[in-house]
Amino acid sequence: MDVRYINPFIASIKNVFSTMVQTEVTVGKPVLKPTNDRAVDVSSVIGLSGDIVGAVVLGFSCDVACKLASTFAGIEMTLDHADFSDAIGELANMVAGNAKKDFTGHDVSISLPSVIVGKGHHVSQLKTSPRLVIPCSSAAGSFDVEIAMVVKKAPVTETEVAVAGV
Amino acid sequence: MKILLVDDSRTIRNIQKSTLATMGHTDILEAADGVEALAVLADVRPDLVLVDWNMPNMDGITLIRKVRETDQKLPMIMVTTEAEKTRVMEALRAGVNNYVVKPFTAETLAEKINATMSKLGVPA
Repeated sequence: MDVRYINPFIASIKNVFSTMVQTEVTVGKPVLKPTNDRAVDVSSVIGLSGDIVGAVVLGFSCDVACKLASTFAGIEMTLDHADFSDAIGELANMVAGNAKKDFTGHDVSISLPSVIVGKGHHVSQLKTSPRLVIPCSSAAGSFDVEIAMVVKKAPVTETEVAVAGV
Repeated sequence: MKILLVDDSRTIRNIQKSTLATMGHTDILEAADGVEALAVLADVRPDLVLVDWNMPNMDGITLIRKVRETDQKLPMIMVTTEAEKTRVMEALRAGVNNYVVKPFTAETLAEKINATMSKLGVPA
């Protein structure tokens, strides 16, 4: 996967957690997702559509998800809190939305978030594209951001935009 | 000042309410999408609306266009993850008075609200 599409996610992860969760996140080297990947307890999924299709998945253990959701929302949150999924989903929404602004020349839309809660689950993604995992660590613990995407349409250049009068 | 918050995330609405409370604003109405917002606006005209873009049932840009069909002056600020220049331009053309990109700090949100109300000549 082109670094032009990975670096925006790295910058976005740091920005979202620093600004909204008051938590600095250290991002490790992105790796291709292994077939025997780590199971997670909470997943927050955002779909990408338009010039780029795929999905972004934030994967957490219960403990880390609850800590991050609590700090983000400013109230103590456990898995059964009415707003737990809302908070975790909004974090994924901001990570994906903030990253896509840097997909220069592409018109990309994001879906509403879906949150999956279940001890030790895996999220299956597109098999036709590389699935990258960005390992993240924070004071609340470690979590992963997984990206699977396919560029369906080449980016529009600045010249093309000017000619089209956009 | 009466403020309507339109966002499908209750967490975001709560964060916005906290910021508004520090600014002295506690008269808050809430809606989880554009449809709910229109129902609220049919009964009450707030002094300011903060509106998200991506929501179920009716998104924020559609809501803004519908509101502007009948009310050109209602102060509206978009608060969204949509940060591309094309999206900002689209929202401004639809009639928003200001634009806040998520993630946002409490200071940024407060500054944008104050700047918007000041520009429109409305005491914040």
